Amino acid sequence: MNRQLERILKTVQKPARYTGGEYGAIMKDKERVQTRVALCFPDTYEIGMSNLGMRILYAVANKMDGVWCERVFAPWGDMEEAMEKAGLPLFALESGDPVGSFDIIAFSLGYELAYTNVLNMLRLAGLPLRRADRPGLSPLVIAGGTCCYNPEPMADFIDLFIIGEGETVNGEVIEAYGRAKKDGLTKQAFLALAAKIPGVYVPSLYDVAYGGDGTISAITPCGGAPLPVVKRIVENLDDAYFPAETIVPSTEIVHDRVVLELFRGCIRGCRFCQAGYVYRPVRARAPDKLTKMGIEGLEKSGYEEITLSSLSTSDYKELETLCDGLLSWCEPRKASLSLPSLRADNFSMELMRKAQKVRKSGLTFAPEAGSQRLRDAINKNVTEEALLQTCRIAFAGGWNSVKLYFMLGLPTETDADVVAIAELAHKVLGIWKQHAANKSRGVRLTVSTSCFVPKAHTPFQWAGQVTMAEYERRVALLRDAMRARAIVYNWHDAKTSLIEAVLARGDRRIGAVLAHVVQNGGRLDAWEEYFSFERWQKAFEATGLDPAFYANRERLYGEVLPWHVTSAGVGEAFLYGEYEKALRAELSPDCRTACTACGASSLTGGRCDG
Amino acid sequence: MARVRLLFAKMGRSKYLSHLDLMRTFQRVFIRAGVPLHHTEGFNPHPYLSFALPLSVGVESVTELLDAELSCSEDLSALPMRLNQQMPEGIRVLEAYEPATKFAALAWVAVEGYLDYDAGVPAESLTALSSLFASKELVITKKTKKGMAEVNIIPAIGDISFEDTGDGRVLLRAVIAAQNPSLNPEHLITAIKTHRPDLTPDFAAFKRLAVYDGAKAVFH
Ligand code: SF4
Repeated sequence: MNRQLERILKTVQKPARYTGGEYGAIMKDKERVQTRVALCFPDTYEIGMSNLGMRILYAVANKMDGVWCERVFAPWGDMEEAMEKAGLPLFALESGDPVGSFDIIAFSLGYELAYTNVLNMLRLAGLPLRRADRPGLSPLVIAGGTCCYNPEPMADFIDLFIIGEGETVNGEVIEAYGRAKKDGLTKQAFLALAAKIPGVYVPSLYDVAYGGDGTISAITPCGGAPLPVVKRIVENLDDAYFPAETIVPSTEIVHDRVVLELFRGCIRGCRFCQAGYVYRPVRARAPDKLTKMGIEGLEKSGYEEITLSSLSTSDYKELETLCDGLLSWCEPRKASLSLPSLRADNFSMELMRKAQKVRKSGLTFAPEAGSQRLRDAINKNVTEEALLQTCRIAFAGGWNSVKLYFMLGLPTETDADVVAIAELAHKVLGIWKQHAANKSRGVRLTVSTSCFVPKAHTPFQWAGQVTMAEYERRVALLRDAMRARAIVYNWHDAKTSLIEAVLARGDRRIGAVLAHVVQNGGRLDAWEEYFSFERWQKAFEATGLDPAFYANRERLYGEVLPWHVTSAGVGEAFLYGEYEKALRAELSPDCRTACTACGASSLTGGRCDG
Repeated sequence: MARVRLLFAKMGRSKYLSHLDLMRTFQRVFIRAGVPLHHTEGFNPHPYLSFALPLSVGVESVTELLDAELSCSEDLSALPMRLNQQMPEGIRVLEAYEPATKFAALAWVAVEGYLDYDAGVPAESLTALSSLFASKELVITKKTKKGMAEVNIIPAIGDISFEDTGDGRVLLRAVIAAQNPSLNPEHLITAIKTHRPDLTPDFAAFKRLAVYDGAKAVFH
C-alpha cells in the first residue's frame, strides 16, 4: 500500500472503507486486461456496498474476458480534505490506481441528491466535469440506474446513459468500447456506434430546443439515434445473474447480509411511485431457484442473515413456500431471515413470527395518505380497516412500536386529508390501548411525513409539487392535530425535497446549476451535514433558472417533457389516464386482478407475471 | 465442543480492520470454511471468540492470538489452510493448536516501527532518542478511562533501541507492556513529540512481532 495513502488513512475516520482487500474482491493483472472499468457509487462505501445492483454489475463485468472492474466510492469529508491536501486523486479500491486512468468510469444513479457527488468524484479524479471538455475516447463516463429515466439534468456530464437494467447492456457497451479502443476510434465515432445498442442513450446525439415560455419546443435526434430510447430489461429473471459469490465487507456497512431479489416490477401501480412504473412488468424468480440461491448466498458469504427484497415482497406468490424452504436451512444454523417490506393488507403474523424471530422492535407501514379518499387517489390500495387489523394482531402479539410513513402534498390533498393522518394515528393508539399484550411497556408510535416529489414516468409527472411554505403550513396543521404524548411526529425537511423535485424533472439546463453547486463546494447532498440550501439558491440565481418552474409548475398534457428521450415501456396516454383517475379518486386494479394495458408487456413479448 | 487457539498475522490492508471488524470477519470465515463455532446458550446466542491483545487500527502484526470454541473437534493441522482460503487480504492463520495457557499471562509485546523523517534523519538523533528513553521518568499525557492523565511510561518499556536504516527512516525496536496497563506503541511517538519535538517523525508505522509472558519467553 502506498505510503502517502497510509499517512492519510492514519488521520481519517473508518479507514477500512478506503482500503479494499475484502474477501471476494476481484484482483486481476492489469497488464493482462484490455478494458478497465471503474464502477462508481456516488455515496459512501457503507451505502454503496449495500446496493445489490452494484454487486451484480461488478460480478457481471468481471466475468468478461479482458475486463477488470473495480469499485469506487465517495470519500467522506475528512478523507476528501486529506486527499486534496496530499494531492492524491480519487482511486479505485482494488488496485489503488487513479480513477482518471481507467477506460470506462461508470456511475450508478439511484437518487437525485447524489448528482453532485458524481460531479465531485469526477473533480476528485482530476477530470473535466463536462463531456464536451473530455474529447478523448478514454475515459468514457457512463451512467445507469433508476434516475436515468430522466437523464437530462446529467446530460452535460455523462457520455452515455444505460436505460433500464444494466446486466446485459453493460456488457455490450464494454465490449463495443473494447473494439473501439483496439480500432483506435474517436469518441464521437464510438458513441455513434454505441447509440445503436438498444437501451443506450447518447445525449450528444440529441438537440433540445426551448420555446419562449421556457418549455421544450423540440427534441431532435441526430444520425439515426432513437427517440425515445426504450429501456432494456431482463426478460426471464431466472436467467439473470445472482451474485452468490460476492464481496463480503470486513467493515460494517448499512445492509450487511444476503439480499435475495424475488422479483422485479410491482403489480400495484401506486401512482406516486416511480419504481412501480419504470420496473414494469413484473418478472418473478421460481421459488425453488430462489431457495437454492439464498442458501448458496449464505454459505458462500458466511452471512448470518438473509433478506427478501423486492418492491412489494408480500406480493410474491409462493412467499410461504420460499420462507419455509429458507427457514429449514437457516434455523439449525442460527441464521435469520428478514422481510423488509410488507404491506399492511396482506401482512401475515405467522410469517412475521417465522421471519423476524424474537425481534419485536418495530413494525413499519407506509399508508402514504391519511384519508381513504386520498389513498384511493394515489391508488395505494390499503384500507384503514386492514391497517388497524394488522396493528391489532401485532399489539396482541407483543409488538409495541409502530412507525407510520406518510407524504404531504400529494395531488388533490386537502386540509381534511392532512388532519386524517392524525386521526389515523390516534386510532392506532386506541387499538393499542384495547389490545396490547403488555401495556406496562408503553407504546411508541412514530409518524413521519415527507414532502411529495413528483417523478418522471409516473401518472403524477405533470403535477406541481406544493411550495415549501405550503408544505410547512401542512406540517404545522398536522402537528397541531396530533396531541397524544405517545405519538412522535417527525417531518422531513422541505428544502431537500424541493431540490429533489427540480432534479427529478429537470432538463439539460439544470446541468449548469449542478456544476455551480459543485464548483462551490457542494457534495454529499444526501447527507444533512453537507446539504446547503443556500448553495443551491445561489446556483439558481447565478444560472438564472427558477426552481419553481421545475418543481412547482403543473404541466399540461402534450407538453414535451425532458424525459421523453427515454421510455419505460408504459404509455404516456395510460399514465395520463391514471392521473385523471387520481383527480377523481378512482382506483385502478393491480396487475393480478386485471391488466390495465399499461404497455409494459410489449417489452416481454406480451408476458406479465401479474 | 473443542477449544482452539489460532496464531495469525494481520498485515497490509487488513491492518485497518478494527477489533469489531475482525470479530465479524472471523465469524464469517468460520462459516465459509464449514467449521461451525459453538454458540453460547441463552436469549442472544453468539459464538465464543476471544482475541488476546487488542491491536490498534493501523498496526500490523505477525503474532495475533485468537481463542475459539468449535462445535466439533477438527483436524487442527488442516485448519489453517481451510481458514486461509476464506480470508480477506492480509490475514493468515499460521498455526492452530489446543491452548495450554491463559491470555492473562501475557505480559510483554515486541514491536518494531519505522519512523519517517521526510527531510532526512536529524543528526545525532539515534543517541538523543536512546538517551531520552534511558531517562528514569518519561511523562506523557495519555487518554485513560478517567480522561486525560499524566503517565510515566518508563516502567512499561522493557527494552528499546534505534537504528538508522539509511533511507530517511529510523527503525525502532521495543518490548513494551502488554496489559494492565498496556502501552500503545504510538505512545513512544507521543513521548518523542512531548520531550524532543525536534525529533518528531513525519510518520510512523508499527508492527507487532512477538508476544511474551512475564519471563519474556515467547507466549503460546
Ligand atoms: S401490461 Fe398489464 S399486467 Fe403487465 S404490467 Fe402493464 S398493467 Fe400490469
